[in-house]
Amino acid sequence: MQNHYPLWKNLLVLIIFGIGIIYSLPNLYGDDPSVQVSSTQMTNITQDQSNQIASDIKASGVPVKAFEFKDGRILARFSNTDDQLKVADLLRDKIGSNYTVALNLAPTTPTWLRALGAQAMYLGLDLRGGVHFLLEVDMDAAVKQAEDRNIDDIRLALRNAKLRYQTVAKDNGFFKVTLKSIEDKADVLTALDKDFHNLEITEPEAQDQIWLKLSEKETREIKKFAVAQNMTTLRNRVNELGVAEPVIQQQGENRIMVQLPGVQDTTRAKEILGTTATLEYRLVDVEHDVQQAVSGHVPVGSRLYNDRSGNPILLDRRVIVTGDQIVDASSGQDQDGRPSVNISLNGVGAAKMAKTTQVSVGKPMAVVFIEYKVETKVVDGQKIRHKEKVEKVINVATIQGVFSKRFQTTGLDSPQEARNLSLLLRAGALAAPVDIVEERTVGPSLGQDNIDKGMLSFVVGFALVVLFMAVYYRLFGVIANFALAFNVVIVVAILSMLQATLTLPGIAGIILTVGMSVDANVLIFERIKEELKHGITPQAAIFIGYDKAFATILDSHFTNLVVAVVLFAFGTGSVKGFAVTLIIGILSSMFTAITGTRMVINWIYGNRRVEKLSL
Amino acid sequence: MKTTNINFIGNRNKAIIFSSVLMLISIVSLATRGLQMGIDFTGGTLIEVGYQKAADLTALRNTLNTQGFDDATVQNFGTTKDVLIRLKPHSDISNADLSTKVLEAINKTTAEPASVRRVEFVGPQVGDDLAEDGFLALLYSTICILIYIAWRFEWKFSTGAIIATIHDVVVTLGLFSILGLEFDLTVLAAVLALIGYSLNDTIVVYDRIRENFRLLRNKSTEEIMNISVNVTLSRTIMTSLTVILVLISLFFLGGEIIHNFSIVLLFGVFFGTYSSIFIASPAALLLGVSAEDLMIPVKEGADIDRRP
Repeated sequence: MQNHYPLWKNLLVLIIFGIGIIYSLPNLYGDDPSVQVSSTQMTNITQDQSNQIASDIKASGVPVKAFEFKDGRILARFSNTDDQLKVADLLRDKIGSNYTVALNLAPTTPTWLRALGAQAMYLGLDLRGGVHFLLEVDMDAAVKQAEDRNIDDIRLALRNAKLRYQTVAKDNGFFKVTLKSIEDKADVLTALDKDFHNLEITEPEAQDQIWLKLSEKETREIKKFAVAQNMTTLRNRVNELGVAEPVIQQQGENRIMVQLPGVQDTTRAKEILGTTATLEYRLVDVEHDVQQAVSGHVPVGSRLYNDRSGNPILLDRRVIVTGDQIVDASSGQDQDGRPSVNISLNGVGAAKMAKTTQVSVGKPMAVVFIEYKVETKVVDGQKIRHKEKVEKVINVATIQGVFSKRFQTTGLDSPQEARNLSLLLRAGALAAPVDIVEERTVGPSLGQDNIDKGMLSFVVGFALVVLFMAVYYRLFGVIANFALAFNVVIVVAILSMLQATLTLPGIAGIILTVGMSVDANVLIFERIKEELKHGITPQAAIFIGYDKAFATILDSHFTNLVVAVVLFAFGTGSVKGFAVTLIIGILSSMFTAITGTRMVINWIYGNRRVEKLSL
Repeated sequence: MKTTNINFIGNRNKAIIFSSVLMLISIVSLATRGLQMGIDFTGGTLIEVGYQKAADLTALRNTLNTQGFDDATVQNFGTTKDVLIRLKPHSDISNADLSTKVLEAINKTTAEPASVRRVEFVGPQVGDDLAEDGFLALLYSTICILIYIAWRFEWKFSTGAIIATIHDVVVTLGLFSILGLEFDLTVLAAVLALIGYSLNDTIVVYDRIRENFRLLRNKSTEEIMNISVNVTLSRTIMTSLTVILVLISLFFLGGEIIHNFSIVLLFGVFFGTYSSIFIASPAALLLGVSAEDLMIPVKEGADIDRRP
């Protein structure tokens, strides 16, 4: 009976051990609190700008640990968070809205490790602090918006084709076109058929009507688009907020997960992520009487609004420019020091604005601030989502001259509101309103606490198991302990390689793995003991012990693995992190506890006469 | 060391009665008291704040009551300086803003502003989804295991293993219900991990029974089971002890958040060990398992055994 591993097998184990050590190493290095500056425009930061920022930081007297300028981004490292925050505030004031200043934790991994692609594990929000949001996209609103758009388009198409109609009304998902005369029907059908491929056309019993409906495919597309568009917008907004390493992911059909590590001001984050604020520009209706409109006689071409102080005002029904035609916006102050937003329009918007202002010099124009507010209320045990479109006129100004692409809007409450509005306009509007359905915020002190407690219980748990094994199984126990340490190294290395997220339950998973991964060794050693009791020679006992225990280990560990995989498939967030560590732990423990220990045992006992095993 | 020779299987009726009583108590408690579900499943808001000095809970309660948060529960969390505030889903203000409003309210009255350690808000719809996912995870893992063991062993073993596992889960949940501990997502994860552990234990015993069915042709099923449980006994206890060691470390040092997680596993490992010794094999025996059942799998098993 031979207890000898061929050279390749020894080498394989040692190489895996070496790789494990290298890739788990980065976790021993800490992080530097740092400030990251990047450009929000397509252009990168130039060397000159970088030098300027470097000298700005130097001038402030805050000690900088390192200043890096790479790939058009600046990374300034500091020795503590106070310095970091001081510089971040300084830079935010100094440089304009074209740059994002983000707080970051930059790893201090040495270059040679980074060159090998070795990175530290990605810490979950419960360990590094930050906020997690789950946003639900209001699909019904998205469809409704599409329906409204289509109804306007149908009216426009019929008008353009010079076809007369009585009404175009929306009813229960149908767009019902009522004709003036039945003779037009064929023409109307052809016209609609040409322009509205996305609609299903049906002819109801009523001869003078044509019904149209969004096709199912179209509805699906609209919903898909709404989520995709919202993700883009949210990404823009998060970038504007200045968050390093944000995570934005679709979850299920209509939910979007947003994770912002390090963000503490959740109120602002919620405001920025959730609001659907936008602007509209309309001419003021000066021909009709406001008081008459208030009493119910609103002129056909106009709509009644309220201004900030609640006074009614009549505006033209037609919009000059909407928020989605705004390409850039920045906050500032006007000559009188009032908060303002500087707007830049795209080509279409600019042309429309120019055309309107040309003929309307001297007339008043109004800026309408539109915001959707979503609230979930529970009425009679039913969850009812209440959406409110809040429209208010924030500013009325007389058009002084012709303008088109760039202009300024005032009338905002505070510089903060101006900043938020310009941010929202820059980032684009949400295609459909979103509702925060889950929030988890972890303060930085708790994050560090969790890491410390996790580490402490790991170290103590590990020490207890090591002690126990060494006392009970003597030399074999010591070998199993090396395998156990090897196992932890491999789990950490694989987690680091996968850049899997380490959470507190994940740490618990690693600790649990420590307790469970000696199981394979216990099985083997008990089997060897049993064989020895049957009077077999030590060499044979080792061989048979490993051999017989292998099948048992395979079966029992595999069952455990099945459960861990199910946990991974159905778990969310931190539970997934737990499942990942469990899966990796089970798999690698089979390797370390069987092949790893066998190698060492072969070195010690292999190829020689053995009287007694230290077991 | 001598191999133990305890008549586990012969005394199976005692174990079955003991377990039945445990199960009954658990089920009654689960049916009447239920589990105290955390906000992960019910929806609601949870705020953990920290103070420099010990917090005055009565004052905090009064503040919240007068500010219209009369459903808030306030309690210490871990230390007297940490406070946990729980709120049910609210109807009159947006839930997303609830935490901000509560913090404003408590900071108005206390001299020292609370430092926010964590805020968790789960909308009712998300809570429902998480509960559904959790239930499905339990269901699917049970089905997967049933199939896997039926394939590797035989359906009677598979059913026996599931009975033992359900026993562990029900008793652990029952204890949770009786002690009124909070059941949240992390606890659910622990329950699933416990299922994995408990099965692992059971399979080791079954594996030995299968092996002995082949080796000891002249013994009765009952004798074979008894021998198998006895020879694997030291392994079962050793592994449980190492797991209990790390769990004790986690329980005492891992902090409040991980507390219930370690409690589930501590209970679970204890009952899992018990059930794999006392319940799993008798269950298979009662289902009428015999050497013949493993005749065909014997060949398959032998093939696999010959692997290095």
